[in-house]
Amino acid sequence: MTEIKMPKLGESVTEGTIEKWLVSPGDTIEQYDPICEVITDKVTAEVPSVFDGTIGELLVQEGETVEVGAPICTIKTDADSADEPKTEESTAEDSAGTAEKHNPSKPQASKTDKPKGARISPVVMRLAGEHDINLNQVTGTGFNGRITKKDILKVIEDPTLAGEKSKESPEPKKQQTSEAPAESTQAVPGEEIPVSGVRAAIANKMVQSSTEIPHAWLMMEVDATNMVNTRNQLKDKFKETEGFNLTFFSFFVKAVAETLKEYPMLNSSWQGDKIVVNKDINISIAVASDDKLYVPVIKNADELTIKGIAKKVNELASLGREHKLTSAHMSGGTFTVNNTGAFGSVQSMGIINHPQAAILQVESIVKKPVIIDDMIAVRHMVNLCLSIDHRILDGLVAGKFLKRVKEKIEMISSEHTSVY
Amino acid sequence: MAKISYLQAIHNALNFEMGRDDDVFILGEDVGKKGGVFKVTEGLQEKYGKLRCLDTPLAESNIVGTGIGAAMMGKRPVAEIQFAEYILPATNQILSEAAKIRYRSNGDWHCPMVIRAPFGGGIHGALYHSQSIESIFASTPGLKVVIPSTPADAKGLLISAIRDNDPVLYFEHKKSYRLLKEEVPEGDYTVPIGKADVKRSGEDITVITYGLCVNYSLQAAERLSKDGHDVEILDLRTVYPLDKESIIASAKKTGKVLLVTEDNLEGSIMSEVSAIIGENCLYDLDAPIMRLAGPDVPAMPYSPPMEDFFMVNPEKIEEKMLELIEH
Repeated sequence: MTEIKMPKLGESVTEGTIEKWLVSPGDTIEQYDPICEVITDKVTAEVPSVFDGTIGELLVQEGETVEVGAPICTIKTDADSADEPKTEESTAEDSAGTAEKHNPSKPQASKTDKPKGARISPVVMRLAGEHDINLNQVTGTGFNGRITKKDILKVIEDPTLAGEKSKESPEPKKQQTSEAPAESTQAVPGEEIPVSGVRAAIANKMVQSSTEIPHAWLMMEVDATNMVNTRNQLKDKFKETEGFNLTFFSFFVKAVAETLKEYPMLNSSWQGDKIVVNKDINISIAVASDDKLYVPVIKNADELTIKGIAKKVNELASLGREHKLTSAHMSGGTFTVNNTGAFGSVQSMGIINHPQAAILQVESIVKKPVIIDDMIAVRHMVNLCLSIDHRILDGLVAGKFLKRVKEKIEMISSEHTSVY
Repeated sequence: MAKISYLQAIHNALNFEMGRDDDVFILGEDVGKKGGVFKVTEGLQEKYGKLRCLDTPLAESNIVGTGIGAAMMGKRPVAEIQFAEYILPATNQILSEAAKIRYRSNGDWHCPMVIRAPFGGGIHGALYHSQSIESIFASTPGLKVVIPSTPADAKGLLISAIRDNDPVLYFEHKKSYRLLKEEVPEGDYTVPIGKADVKRSGEDITVITYGLCVNYSLQAAERLSKDGHDVEILDLRTVYPLDKESIIASAKKTGKVLLVTEDNLEGSIMSEVSAIIGENCLYDLDAPIMRLAGPDVPAMPYSPPMEDFFMVNPEKIEEKMLELIEH
């Protein structure tokens, strides 16, 4: 038997979650065949087999998180079957037995775990969430070891009470996630949705962003009439020649990329004791598909034409919809532009894509009466909402930046703007 | 301040208001010459005359109906129903007439009357003399229902009730009459209608109750405090309309709530209190809401062991408190 290990899917990645097994025990596979989907951060990646052979056991259940380098499944290669006939027995064991055998940490963890089916009261759940407390580390003094409100208040007051067990914390955590799918088969359908995979990755990232970064917000209203006219003039011909749509969004990304060149602080990153100003202008864009959210990157967006950006957006969006984005597509972003207008929003407060310094939300373009030279005119108006990391940026520079983007959008015209 | 009983406090309130306001008068069965079967109105006919302390026929609908008419014409009647259960023949007058006069006349008429009735068990009174009937009236907007738990509250709430411009049902626990004694402010003393009162502040659990059960709960809390348990007791005082603000505040404070009433469990005042907590405090609750009440049987039995089985008492409350504390 040969083991396949959790691969390292990116720098600073220390663990991965098995989102889905693509093979079952007994399947014959070839080298490079995908065996499972693994999630780290906001990336789903397929793990290829390193050998030809037959799948032995799946050592990690779907939804379970394990460290990089931990064995995730075994493969019986041709060489194995000649050498070790005895291992046949272990594959014949039922899955419960093998799980215990190959996951020695499990019984230990269950000792520190709460009694199965432990009841968590609403107030305990709320306080644990508000204070980011792992309930597996809290000793319950209530009936049957239930964690009472008082127990958790004590931990909030004195976090060292939970500290003793914190070293073991990854284990109970794993235990919990690994149990979730098993339990859900018994639970009344619709009662619980186990949080795993991409949803858990999104949640962690969002909590990190919104707790670590002091957000500040501002919004500007932009007259996009000229841009709308310009794009409408070009769009049919463009589609015909290029084969994809010329979207409004590409104009905005272009304007932002250019403006970032003028205001590099918006393109920086807070690194604790220093602020790193990024040289490259790599624009992250949010791509939602079903219940998942991906943030792929348009690299060196400042060097691309509007057409180049439109093409990139089109490519990344279709990869996202097909869940084919890899960590390479998602890494290196320095600023995020989010097309919230796509679903009709006119105002929103984005959460910054950690560790970036800001995120810009492009809202719906709406026809509105506006006053120009004391006359009422019907114009295409759009709100641009900017969230900034207030540690790096103050209102003044953010305002200047946003004003410059506004000017650029308003200056677009069919005479002076080329999409090529 | 003198220490007086719950019964004397009620007597004092009646006496004070009759002396202060000539429009206040009492009517009921045996309230005059006899001074009431419990002696609450003793001496008042002698002092204020037959017309201000009227002995009526044994007809509750008539007592309340007369009171409504007098109230509409500007008097402030205090009707006594001898035992709370006897109020049932008068419910049509109370629910259909008294409660709705202001509404029906678009504010032209009102009905500033008080209906006093002794209620509650534990006095070997069996059926007809032991029930709790407050829930019958606690879903009729236009009425106010108050149930004092201490002599001071008994006086203050009765004076407030007499001065209130709407019909107020004033239920006094007959076991409290001579059981409870405390110092009661003399002269003019009012307690606001619609305000609950924290009778004991605590951190571990909240007990919400009213009537005699307040005293029982205080006894149980006192015993548990010797073991280091800290119980908060909220006395509703007005059971309709409820003081939601105080209920929510106290429930959120401890996250563990026990509701106690000697009424039958189902459809009691506590069912509504429980709903208020469920709707407003879910994310502050640390335990399921618990209730302790009389069983769902038709009436308080006469046989002493059976009466004990039915009645809430300090031991039962203590046991339930401990269960909630340990949850």
